[in-house]
Amino acid sequence: MLDADAQARPHCRQYWSWLTEQPRQHLAQKRAEADALFHRLGITFAVYGETAGTERLIPFDIVPRILPAEEWRRLEAGLKQRVRALNAFIADIYHDQEILRAGRIPAEDVLCNAQYRPEMQGIDVPGGIYAHIAGIDVVRDGDGVFHVLEDNLRVPSGVSYMLENRRMMMRLFPELFARHAVRPVEHYPDVLLENLKSVAPAGITDPAVVLLTPGACNSAYFEHAFLAQQMGIELVEGQDLFVRDEALYMRTTRGPQRVHVVYRRIDDDFLDPLSFRTDSLLGVPGLLHAYRAGNVTIANAIGTGIADDKSIYPYVPEMVRFYLGEEPILANVQTWILRNPEHRAYVLDHLPELVVKEVHGAGGYGMLIGPAATSLQIEEFRARIRAHPERYIAQPTLCLSTSPTFVDEGIAPRHVDLRPFVLSGREITLVPGGLTRVALREGSLVVNSSQGGGTKDTWVLGD
Amino acid sequence: MLSRTADHLYWMARYLERAECLARMLDAQYRLSLLPRPPEAALQGWTATLVSLGMEQGFLAQHGAVTPRSAFDYLAFDREHPGSILRCLQAARENARAVRGTITSEVWETLNETWLQSRSFGTHVPEHSRGEFLEWVKYRAHLTRGVIEGTMLRDEAICFVRIGTFLERADNTTRLLEARWRDPGGSGERLANEASEWGVLLRAMSAFELYRRVCREGVTPLRVTALLLMREDFPQAVHRCLDELQSHLAAVANDQSGDTVRRAGELHAQFHYGRFEELCADGVAAFLDRVQARLRDLGCRIANDFLVPLGAA
Repeated sequence: MLDADAQARPHCRQYWSWLTEQPRQHLAQKRAEADALFHRLGITFAVYGETAGTERLIPFDIVPRILPAEEWRRLEAGLKQRVRALNAFIADIYHDQEILRAGRIPAEDVLCNAQYRPEMQGIDVPGGIYAHIAGIDVVRDGDGVFHVLEDNLRVPSGVSYMLENRRMMMRLFPELFARHAVRPVEHYPDVLLENLKSVAPAGITDPAVVLLTPGACNSAYFEHAFLAQQMGIELVEGQDLFVRDEALYMRTTRGPQRVHVVYRRIDDDFLDPLSFRTDSLLGVPGLLHAYRAGNVTIANAIGTGIADDKSIYPYVPEMVRFYLGEEPILANVQTWILRNPEHRAYVLDHLPELVVKEVHGAGGYGMLIGPAATSLQIEEFRARIRAHPERYIAQPTLCLSTSPTFVDEGIAPRHVDLRPFVLSGREITLVPGGLTRVALREGSLVVNSSQGGGTKDTWVLGD
Repeated sequence: MLSRTADHLYWMARYLERAECLARMLDAQYRLSLLPRPPEAALQGWTATLVSLGMEQGFLAQHGAVTPRSAFDYLAFDREHPGSILRCLQAARENARAVRGTITSEVWETLNETWLQSRSFGTHVPEHSRGEFLEWVKYRAHLTRGVIEGTMLRDEAICFVRIGTFLERADNTTRLLEARWRDPGGSGERLANEASEWGVLLRAMSAFELYRRVCREGVTPLRVTALLLMREDFPQAVHRCLDELQSHLAAVANDQSGDTVRRAGELHAQFHYGRFEELCADGVAAFLDRVQARLRDLGCRIANDFLVPLGAA
């Protein structure tokens, strides 16, 4: 929002002058109002590892993050390009594996990866689309340019906060929306439903779409219920579904009813106890049979993890070149693959400067932030890397951009990232916005809600 | 509609109704304790209440002996006891949370707010505020019903809400009467007190004024019982509840629910066409027992035909 001289950048000038005129008390009151509303609406998430049934609010910051039209255009084009390439990659891996034969990616990195699902080999999915919903995390580095930090292609969450945060801002500060041309995001559920319908099995004209949730104990349950309600589709659990003659049905008060498209918010491992984890009570026995028979579409498809694995991430720019014949619009963050001896040697020499992540970790758990770590923690990681180098990657400590945030001391800079949601159906679309996460502790770089992060409304301005 | 969704709606309604009925039962006992009765009569009243709810064993295992205070706390505030008002409100909210996509956001917010507010009550509530707590429970139940009526689509969902509501209410009215009939202080010799003791019951059921309007004679146990069982126009009466139950069951009937609808109709016919004196020929308590057994049977059948069968979840 501000430039190097702490002056508002041109597209934020109007908002900034409004914000700096607001008495702190007024802002504090608005924030309290937001908290009370979120509590009453029950917009909470469950925290794993705490007492059962603990529900917490994700802290909401009342200062929006504002992106100018031009910057969004570039980001949008880059994200569409990237998701197109990622889908092409998954389709290729589960069919002819041309990219492996061309030697652009080492075959063992893919085929020996725990995220590779041999069950998917040779299955044709409607439209050739695997990652129908992608949440791509982007961050702005010190140079002010957006980089992709992570592709989330399995069950990305957070879109309900994008929608609820906007609703909250319009409720708290209606006058600001009259003065700024903020592009709307509330049509996201409609676009999502259209996309899901468009990938129904061939020949189905009026497909029944359901949202499959692990249940009310899941940390993202609010989002599941919210999206199902907004789309007007059934929110189902595994126990509500069954497979008969390779077709999927739900149990209703009027008897069994066919289901054609499953928007699932359950991990691959739990989808079908007959094919994956046998102890799963969340899934549907026989679902994979119905899927292979082409009688039901699962979104996202099974096996998309092969494209968002942290060990595959370094190759995404290569995918863009290979499948699309284009130069990537959005760059990756520089990444060292610790299985590679040269990379490893460099990383082990520079641990205090780097961020080390577990290849299969998520949610900000199991990572080392070099500059913030004690020497004991660094030595511990060094030992872990030596024992299992294939489990880790390393990246430079990013000079993440900050955004003005209302904290106890007043307005202060805090680090942010951004997760726009890219939808693939007949075409690739994204609503102008995304989930901005903010690290509320001063100096912290971890934005995950499980680690004390908060969220902000994200404004993409019109022309 | 998903069977599981219908199940949550049904139990959401049952738990809310149960919380309200418990508040009414506690209210009745609380008001009775203000009458000049010997202390043992008060204890008998609390014991009868626990017995009629089927909670006597559980209570004695935990507390040893009945005292008015411990019985009240057990039924109202005890968070370890699944049958307490606070736990019922929590269960109603948990069921609503599981189907928050099906109910309107207004219904969800009302139940969620009830639960948020309920957390400020507990055994620390002073004696004189206990009546306020019961009033609060009744008020939140009235409010929630109003929000359901005012905002929900007239489809299957609201039918299952009503089926849960009226089955629970019919059952609770019989239990409330049972508790009164079991409490010897409330019948038999002490006629002078009888009128005021049964008047207390009417007030707890918000029925005292209605009683005066439809029945211009003195308050007697049999007249009150007849009113709370047989009047079709009285909201808490079993007859009224069965009217509702029957019509909502008919509205959601499916291929396998024929026998359930028939049995509901059969029970309803007893109240619609039967004579109170004949139904109670072998005593009021025996009749109440029979009705409770029939209601239990209906509950199991409804679960099997439409919902998640009991014990399957």
